[in-house]
Amino acid sequence: MTGVLSVYRWEIVKLLAQKRTYLGVGAAALVPIIFVTVLVFQSGGPTDVPLGRYIRDTGLAVPFVVLFFMSIWGLPLITALVAGDIVASESQSGTLKTILTRSRERGQVFAGKVLAALTYTATVVVAMAAVGLLAGSLAWGFRPLTSLSGTEVSAGHGLALLTASMAIYFLPLAGVAAFGLMLSTLTRNSAASVVGTLMFALLMQLLGVLPGTESFRAYLLGTQFDAWHGFLRVPADWTPVIRALWVCALYIAIPLSAAYVVFLRRDVTNG
Amino acid sequence: MSDLLPVDARGLVKCYGAVLAVDGVDLTVERGDVFGYLGPNGAGKTTSLRMLLGLIRPTAGSVSLFGRDPLQDGAAALAGVAGFVEGPTFYSYLSGRKNLRLLADYDEPSSRCRIDEVLELVDLRDRAKDKVGGYSHGMRQRLGIAAALLREPQLLLLDEPTTGLDPAGMRDMRRLVRRLAEEGITIVLSSHLLYEVEELCNRVAIIRSGRIVYQGALGDLLATAASSYVLRATEIERAGIVCRAQAGIEDVGVVDGHVRFVADEDAVAALSIALGQARIGVTALVPERETLEDLFLGLTGGESSDRDREREAVAS
Repeated sequence: MTGVLSVYRWEIVKLLAQKRTYLGVGAAALVPIIFVTVLVFQSGGPTDVPLGRYIRDTGLAVPFVVLFFMSIWGLPLITALVAGDIVASESQSGTLKTILTRSRERGQVFAGKVLAALTYTATVVVAMAAVGLLAGSLAWGFRPLTSLSGTEVSAGHGLALLTASMAIYFLPLAGVAAFGLMLSTLTRNSAASVVGTLMFALLMQLLGVLPGTESFRAYLLGTQFDAWHGFLRVPADWTPVIRALWVCALYIAIPLSAAYVVFLRRDVTNG
Repeated sequence: MSDLLPVDARGLVKCYGAVLAVDGVDLTVERGDVFGYLGPNGAGKTTSLRMLLGLIRPTAGSVSLFGRDPLQDGAAALAGVAGFVEGPTFYSYLSGRKNLRLLADYDEPSSRCRIDEVLELVDLRDRAKDKVGGYSHGMRQRLGIAAALLREPQLLLLDEPTTGLDPAGMRDMRRLVRRLAEEGITIVLSSHLLYEVEELCNRVAIIRSGRIVYQGALGDLLATAASSYVLRATEIERAGIVCRAQAGIEDVGVVDGHVRFVADEDAVAALSIALGQARIGVTALVPERETLEDLFLGLTGGESSDRDREREAVAS
């Protein structure tokens, strides 16, 4: 375990030394600022999305609306930027052989990388929601929120709901990250992995809106981005939340297992 | 532990699809050896070194480093083993020192305390805070040695450590290798610089197209070198005739105003008398030993193996 933690710590150091990390987190923080700025100067707004009608009532509604929009491709892209790169870049630069000829087992190296990619993914979600909340509150105040059932929720309780929503929203994004890690391990090509992961996420969204997919729509990865709606109902609707838990677990576990097996056995020929 | 061989590889085979990159390589390196691993580019040197380090899974055969197999024992098989294949690689966006800290943590965090020492040894202490991306090739090679020495290895694998260095850098690198060998570290040194191998190594293996064509003491290899002689004389054509008639004088050729032949010393002594009796004046009679280069080119067929280079490219 100390081996995994030591790898993880250095993966974080490496992420903090690379521009793409700041590009991803920066984009995640910038989007809600632009969103709020535009809405301050323009009338009208996103009335057809959950909580969109209440966006000018309280800053608490902003992160929910931004997370909704960004689930389509924004956050999958930002996630793929690191998850698709984290193994492939080391294959390409040849540093994989450097770290695999020390005292850490391949499994420990892989686990450290998975944890680092998931940490980045969680950071992106938190950064986006926090900046959205801050920017929204500056524009429209930190006031009570109207739930999806039409009832009023106190600002404090709304904040708790936002936290729970972020946690459940993280899961499908972790599924995207897992897919990116798998491509990163299999293709050994950073650009191909980032693009491939984005394509996967877009395909999941596309399947969700095509006619004829109703029978399995509930089990698509893209659908799980809406699981937080369950928290915003009074009383809370646990069905989408529970489903997101186990569906995402599969979307995370399957690609990660495949990547793990490949990483353990692969020939390191580059560099 | 002491009687276990640093390297004992048996029947190593590596196929990439239908291409056989390494074809039944046996390598035995004994304690205290400075073992030269020679071969034309793409003959399978690097692939077999990668198999020794557990970076590539052999298609067949086994590797044992001090009695441990990288396939079965994972990273534990590399205890006491360090080095690099095809040039050391580092994180270009981290400083030299940070790279070493990372690698120390990938071993035992306690080895961090040796970072200054190894940086000093390879003369990189002044540049340790700079990002590796700005390092010259030679500096990276030296950092590679420093990274390997952090592990306090008993066996050091160095793949062409002097390639791409300037003359002073090559000299310094050879001095360092000799010094490490004197400290008792067993060294496997792959190289295609034959004078370097001749200067540093006591045992060698020569690989050609994935197969070992010679393995043993360097002295034994050099002893197989045929001794040829060059003769200059007053009447070169007649001298050639005398040589051809003389017992024990082989492969006589007359070229560019001198006679060249192969013989042992007794036959040469007899020849000099015969030449005198024939009233031919000898102006020079010089022995010429085959060099390691001649032997190497003979064993490897003199090919530069661009064909093999292509198949390594396909493999990676």
